[in-house]
Order: sequence, then C-alpha cells, then structure tokens
Amino acid sequence: MSFRAPSLAQALLVVALVVALTLPLFASVYYLQFASKVLITGVLAMGLNLAVGQGGMVSLCHGAFFGVAGYILALASPGYDAAPLLTTLPLAVIGSAALAFLIGCFALRTRGVYFIMVTLAFGEMLFYLFHDSGIAGGSDGAFINARPEILIAGRQWFSLDKPLAFYFVMLALTVVVAGLLTMLARSPFGHALAAVRDNERRARSLGFPIFRIRLSAFVISGALAGLAGYFAAAQFGFVAPQMLSWHVSAAALVMVLIGGLRSVTGPLIGALVLTGLEEVLKAEFENWKLIEGLIVILLVIVLAGGLRQLGFLTTSAQREEVAPASGAGHA
Amino acid sequence: MSLMTFGIQLLNAFQYAMVLFLVASGLTLVFGILGYINLAHGAFYMLGAYLAYWIVAKTGSFALAMIGGTVIAFVLGVVLERTLVQRLYGRDHLMQVLLSFGLILVLDDARQILFGKDVHAVAPPAWLNGTIQLTDNLSYSVYRLAISAFCLVVAAVMFWVIARTRIGMMVRAGAENREMTRALGIGFDRLNRYVFAAGIALAALGGIVIAPISTVFPGMGDGMLILSFVVVVLGGIGSVGGAALGALLVGITDTFGKVFFPSISSILVYLLMAAVLVWRPSGLLGRGEI
Amino acid sequence: MSRNRRPLLITRRSLLSGAASTAAFAVASPFPTPALAQNAPFKIGLMLPYTGTYAKLGQFIDDGFRLYVEQKGGKLGGREIAFVQIDDESKPEAATDNMNRLVGREKVDAVIGTVHSGVAMAMVKLARDTNTLLIIPNAGANDATGAACAPNIFRTSFSNWQATYPMGKVMADAGIKNVATITWKYTAGKEMIDAFAENFTGHGGKVVADLTVPFPEVEFQALLTQIATLKPDAVFSFFAGGGAVKFVKDYAAAGLNKSIPLYGAGFLTDGTLPAQGEAAEGIKTTLHYADDLDHPANVAFLKAFKAKTSNEGDIYGVQGYDSAALLDIGLTAVGGDATARDRMIAAMAAAKIDSPRGPLSFNKAHNPIQDIYLREVRNGRNARLSVAQAAVDDPARGCKLS
Repeated sequence: MSFRAPSLAQALLVVALVVALTLPLFASVYYLQFASKVLITGVLAMGLNLAVGQGGMVSLCHGAFFGVAGYILALASPGYDAAPLLTTLPLAVIGSAALAFLIGCFALRTRGVYFIMVTLAFGEMLFYLFHDSGIAGGSDGAFINARPEILIAGRQWFSLDKPLAFYFVMLALTVVVAGLLTMLARSPFGHALAAVRDNERRARSLGFPIFRIRLSAFVISGALAGLAGYFAAAQFGFVAPQMLSWHVSAAALVMVLIGGLRSVTGPLIGALVLTGLEEVLKAEFENWKLIEGLIVILLVIVLAGGLRQLGFLTTSAQREEVAPASGAGHA
Repeated sequence: MSLMTFGIQLLNAFQYAMVLFLVASGLTLVFGILGYINLAHGAFYMLGAYLAYWIVAKTGSFALAMIGGTVIAFVLGVVLERTLVQRLYGRDHLMQVLLSFGLILVLDDARQILFGKDVHAVAPPAWLNGTIQLTDNLSYSVYRLAISAFCLVVAAVMFWVIARTRIGMMVRAGAENREMTRALGIGFDRLNRYVFAAGIALAALGGIVIAPISTVFPGMGDGMLILSFVVVVLGGIGSVGGAALGALLVGITDTFGKVFFPSISSILVYLLMAAVLVWRPSGLLGRGEI
Repeated sequence: MSRNRRPLLITRRSLLSGAASTAAFAVASPFPTPALAQNAPFKIGLMLPYTGTYAKLGQFIDDGFRLYVEQKGGKLGGREIAFVQIDDESKPEAATDNMNRLVGREKVDAVIGTVHSGVAMAMVKLARDTNTLLIIPNAGANDATGAACAPNIFRTSFSNWQATYPMGKVMADAGIKNVATITWKYTAGKEMIDAFAENFTGHGGKVVADLTVPFPEVEFQALLTQIATLKPDAVFSFFAGGGAVKFVKDYAAAGLNKSIPLYGAGFLTDGTLPAQGEAAEGIKTTLHYADDLDHPANVAFLKAFKAKTSNEGDIYGVQGYDSAALLDIGLTAVGGDATARDRMIAAMAAAKIDSPRGPLSFNKAHNPIQDIYLREVRNGRNARLSVAQAAVDDPARGCKLS
C-alpha cells in the first residue's frame, strides 16, 4: 500500500501535529474554531474515503449520515440544558451507522452508476424528510442551546463549551480516527476491501464475501461521518436539513480527491485546502463560487489527464472500463 | 374528491410530468449514450429560465427566447463537451461527479454575473395568455395546456428521430452497447458531442418553457436535478420511453401526494423509486448495468 | 506507470500540505482589530439576503439604512460608519457560519439583519452567546423578542404575531366564516398563520384547511385546485418577495380571485405590486405600513428614497431606515462610545422614533409597538383603509426581560 519513503511523510505528519498542538498559542478564537471546523470536515472526508478510496464506492449520501447524527444530538438535547456527551455521542454514531446499514443493504445491490444515483436519491429523501416534516424545526433547522458535557454524580467534569476544549477534543478524535483507519487499511479486512475494489470478479472467485465486505466498509464509513456530524452540530449549536444535502457529500469527495484516494490521512489535507480556500475566497471576492468552481474543474481535468503518469488512481478495474478504441477516438 | 377535481388534478400532474420528461430525457440520453453523470443538469435548466427572462426582457419575444435560448444552450453544450467532458468518458464516475460539482459553482456565479441575483417573472406569449374556465370557480391557464402540447410534440419528434433516422440508430446502438459501437468507430466523436449538447439544450428548453409559470429564481435547478435523476432511474438509464413513463409516475405521485399527504409528499417520490428498484433494478424500461 | 522510481519524493500530498499550511498562515496573520478608539469608525455588519427570493427585500433594507446614514453625513452619534456586507442567501444552514464571520473575524460593533426568520434566529442565538448588538430590520420570528429576547437584541420591524393577529378580527367582522390558509412551511409562515387563526377562531371563525408549501417552492397548482374544491369564504395567506408575486398571479390565473377573496399579511403585496399588476387589485392585507400614509416623515422618506434609488419606497426600506435611526439614538446617547453598552441599550429601549410608518416605540422585549393598518390594493398601491388595530403590542411570550 505505501508508495512513499517513510521519512518525508512522517516528518511532515510530525510537523503538522506540532503545529496543531501549539495553534491555540498564536491563533485567535475565530481561527481556533476554524481549525476545529477543518478537523470535523477532515474526519468526514476520511470516513468517506474508506468507502470511496478504499472501497471503490462513490457515495453521495454521506451528508445524510453527517446530518442525521447532528439531528440526533438536537433531538436528544433537553431544552436549554447541556446534553450528556457520553450517551448522546454513541447514540448519534450508532444512529448514523444504522442508517448506513439500511441504505447500504439496498444500494449495494446495485453497482457503478446506479449505486451513485441510488445513494443520491436516498440522501435527498432524508433531506426532504427533515426539511418538509416538522421534525426539529423543518427547513429552518433547530438549535442546540448548550453544548454537550460530561456530568457524573452531579459534577460537570468536562464541557465542550469553550472553543479551546472543543478544539483539543476534535484534535484527539482526528488522530484516533486516522490511526484506526490506518490500522484498518493494513488489516486483513482492509486488504480484502482493496481486493474487492480492484477486481471484483477475481475476489469473488477467491471466495470473498463481497456484499458483506462492502457493507461493513460502508457502515463504518457512515459511522465516522456521523461522528463528524455530531461535533459539527455541537460546534455552533445548530442543525439544518442542508447538512444532509448531496452538496456536503460532493464537497467531501473533492477533499478526498485533493488528498489522494489511496491515502488515509490525505483527506485531512483536502479538508484543510478546500475549507481554507473557501474561507480566503469568501473574504476577498464576491464571486468566490466562480473561482472555487474553476479550481475544482481544473483539478479534475489535471488529475484525469495526468492519471496514467501519476499512477495514483487507475486500478485494473478502471483500465478494463476504458474501451480499447477510446484512445484513438477521443482526441 | 369529485370526478371533476380528480380530472383537474390529473391535468396538473400531466403538465408537471411533461416538463419533467423534457428535462429528464436530456439527462437519460447523456447518461445512456455517453455514460456520463451530469449533476450540473439542473444548473442548465436554471440557465435556460434566466436566458428566457433576459431575452424576453430585451426583445419582448418569447418565440425568440425559445429558439435563441435553446441554440445558446446547444452551443454551450458543444463547447463544454469539447473542452471538458470528453476527457472524462470511460473514466471513474467520481471524476464526472466532481466535474459537475465544479460546473454548478461556475454556472451559478456566471448566472449571477450575467443576469443578477433577483427572482424574476416572465410573461407568457400574448397569444397564449388567456385562461379557460373549467369549473364554476376554477380556470386553467391556456399557457399550461400549451406547455403540455409542446412537450408532447418534442417527445414525438424525439421518438421519431431515435426510431427512424440514422442518427437515431447510432444513438440506440450506443445506448445498447457503448463499447462495441465505439469499437466499430461509427463517427462517434461528433455523435457524442451533439448528444451531449442536445441533452443540455433539452434541460435549458425545459427551463425556458417553464419560466412563465414558475418564478425564475437561483435555486430552481436543485429540485429539478434530483427529480430528473429519479425519473431517469425509474425509467431506466438511456431509455427515452422510460423517461416518459417515469415522469408520468413522478408527476402523479407528487401532485396527488401534495393533496393527500402534504407533509410527506416529497418523500413519496423516493419511496416510489425504491419500490420500483426493488422490483426492477435497472428501471422500468432499462437495459441492465452501465 | 511508474510507482516507486523517484529519487526525490515530493509527493502530491507533501506539496499540497506545504502549500496549505503557508496559505493558512497567510490567512491567519492579519487579525482585524475591533474599533476600540473613539475615532475609529463604528463597524456595522449588514447580513441580508442579496440573492434569492428575498433579494429585493434585502436590497431595500440596505438602501433604507444607508439613506439615513447619508442624511446624517455618514455618521451616527458622531462616529464614522464603516460597512461590512454579507449575503445570507436566506439560508439558515449557512447562518451561523456567516454571522460568526461577521462577529469573530470582521469583529463588527453591531450587526443589522435579516429578512428570513430562520436565518434571524441563528443570528439571535450567536448574538446572545457573544453579546453582540443586533438590530433586526425585518425577520418577524416571535422568539427573537420572545423566548430568546436579550438586552442586546432589538427589532425595528414587527413580530410575526403582530402582523397578522389583527386580521383575524377584521375578517370575522366582515362576516367571513370559513377560511383556507396557505403559506410557506417555515417559522414565519407558521407563526403568521397561527396568530391569524388564534384571533379568527376566537371570534367564531373556522379554518377549514391549513395548506403549506415547502420554502421557497412556488408550485401552487395542486393546492389552488384544492382551494377551488373546498370553496371557503376567503383565503388568508402569507408569502413575500418573489413567492408573493407568483402566488398572487397564479391565484388570479386560476380565476379564484373572482369568487374567493384573497387576504393576506401585508408582505403579500408590499414591494411586489409592479410585478403583480392587475392580479393584485382588491387584495386586503394588514401591515404596520401603507403606501399612502401622509405623515410628513413618510412623505419626506419616500421622496428621499426615490431620489437615492429610483425605486418607490416600501416597508422594507422604512425598516432599514428606522434601524439606522435607532442605532443613531443609541450612539448619540453615549457620545459615540459604544463600550458604554448599558447606557446605549437603555437609550435605545426608551427610544421614540418619528418613523415614516407613524409613531414608533418599543416594548420591554425591544419589539415595536405600532399601529397595524388595514390596506387594500387600489390602482397599484397599498391604500390605507383604516387602522385594523392601534398600538399593537406583541405579548413577548417567554421573554424574561423586565
């Protein structure tokens, strides 16, 4: 799996970690919150990458897993008091995982383009569920008035209220998730998943339980998206149906692409780049969407064109997809 | 519900379905022939509507808006295909999704720069501006009837082209077996280009046609995009007939859903799709996997 | 396809992460500092919808606000005014982010916004958390001056309850027994219909159907057909901006206006009459403003607004104008020193403004106390018929301010 020399990448990782740990010393509250936002989106993107990069399943419903977890927190939060972190977090993650299981059972019976569209449709269905019904405020969203806390025996041991505490929790979580995903990628399950992705026919002939492997990856990926969604809701105390929209999934896909589909921590960089880019563009330009769109298009063209040289993204399955005559036909 | 009311609601559903068909047919063609996921399809629909507003505002002629708008969209489609889209044929669908995502952002801002950020109303052509009395207190806009008629004509033309002309034969061949057709080298480049442009033009035409009875507003593409995908999935990728059938089903479900189950009417359409997919995974008239 | 053959291992990832960190530092470095000194400009964040179905409303509020500031020579309370503008696109999901950008990054001294009730509630929450001065120039969400009220939150527009409650009695008095209501399904729509229904049923009326359309959809055909089937005595509705234009036109195109009179909250016909044309004639609405109010303040305002923007002024322009007036009163009372927050708020809470809409004062929750007029569309203008209810005071349910 590894295609880079250990020293440079690991050095960079250490540098990044040091920067992240010392960030509170020189960044204002606003940028601390920004960093937390990057970490949250990073976890979402890393989780998505398990399905997309490792598993070869392009999902457009991960926004739904992201948003549902946030809504579970909103619904479980008592009025004006803080929700208990230790019960609501597992609840939200399990909720997202369960949803991923349900959708996966259905969607994974299709493949290729149908899979993408089915996930798109299910994602949108859930969006409309929250948007049109009266669940938690409908299209206007709902508030979480106090951030979750850990309350044991009547004493508040920990609260997510301060941006600093929130940031460190997110940082710790990100490191843990990255570590878990790395271990997963190197495990037998990870190898099986890669095998299924690369050549399904061969994997099937070798006796791999394709459906179960894919579903497991999809569910774990959904659970991680839910983890991110919980903290996204907790950060600003607000959930809205838009958190479930396919645009969230698409943005996460861009981050995955930027960071590299085969890399576990790559999506984190993708999150930093995309979120940072948006932040800078929004502040400077009125037509920031135009610029961001052009950059994304450029990225896609460059990556698609340079596919073969870079050798990052082609797999044997994809090479099979590309028809023999296409090289000559598409000038 | 009285028979009269039922009939009128059916008329509403049909008119809605017709425009949906117009837009979805473009999507299914691009999907089926080119194997290309165009998530920016809704953005072209929106662009069509704004073009209609702009052309009518500048020239006062709706006919000009229809022709001009469609031509502009077609040309835009040709340009986009040549510069961007053709690089992604046969590539990972992920790339296509992301290209569409980028295109949506660009088109949205382009629309903002060219036509502004406001919502607009477009007047229907004067000769269609009347109403017909249906019941003692309800009348129906003549223009809405005209839309349905127009879409039927377009559908008929499309079916004829696909079934009876040489181009149509190539289109059908491409939909059935893209690899083989490509291998046979049937002037595929240009066919692809025109099919893609036609798909875009159909979406834009849908927007132009609906502008007088809808409000032209920035977010109008989003809803239409998802619905056209549902229609395409329902009907089967690559099948224009399937798109027609799917559109009818969606139109009826949506219209009657709004009346009987207003709080969950939007979800009904997706449940319908799920039900159809369980029964027929490739859609009602689909041909199998892509 | 070469994989591990390169001697110099600059992977794409390392390049990107290097670029990303540099960019991040470049962005993080310039911290905008708050305007602490007396002579520094007073920074106002205008968070309004400049795009979408409420774009025109946002623009008019902006115009009205700036008009007042221009009339005062670019200063309020002796302080120069600097503006920061953010387009909230009427999207609640982006609201917290946008507001945080104004408060956390731009560090504005006060925020003016917005139109959409959902977006406004997100702004209210953040304003409460950060103790930022917020003046709401339109959004009528009841909770903003109700359960979520706070000393630093003001409103110069209306509460949703206030705008439609009087219509309940007006329609009951007119002999109307059955009403179908129709609106967008979000906070504002729900609250306006609820207030109307509260008063209407309280006077013996009956609401036969409560029809809703998701925001900001404008496909009304199926519901219009249903209204025709139900045959109520009248229809009461709330829509605003582009949606109001479409609804009124569709209602007329379906011929319903001939047999089932259409009533509504004033937003149905405010700022929308040129686009609605004939279709709007005869529609009666309640609002805290009418186009032909003849107090000197209104006459002067309409003249100045037309001169500045070439558009006819409307309620949105007035609300923007009054927001600036309110802020002016506050800043003047403390001589421009915004750090004297308590005194500033006290002055604003006690303010009595000679507004183009009539005399304007505020209740304990900082919501306007004002007359609500009954208007009818005549010849393309909202003509004042009568005062539907005088000095209407929103009950501020749940507010804990005294």
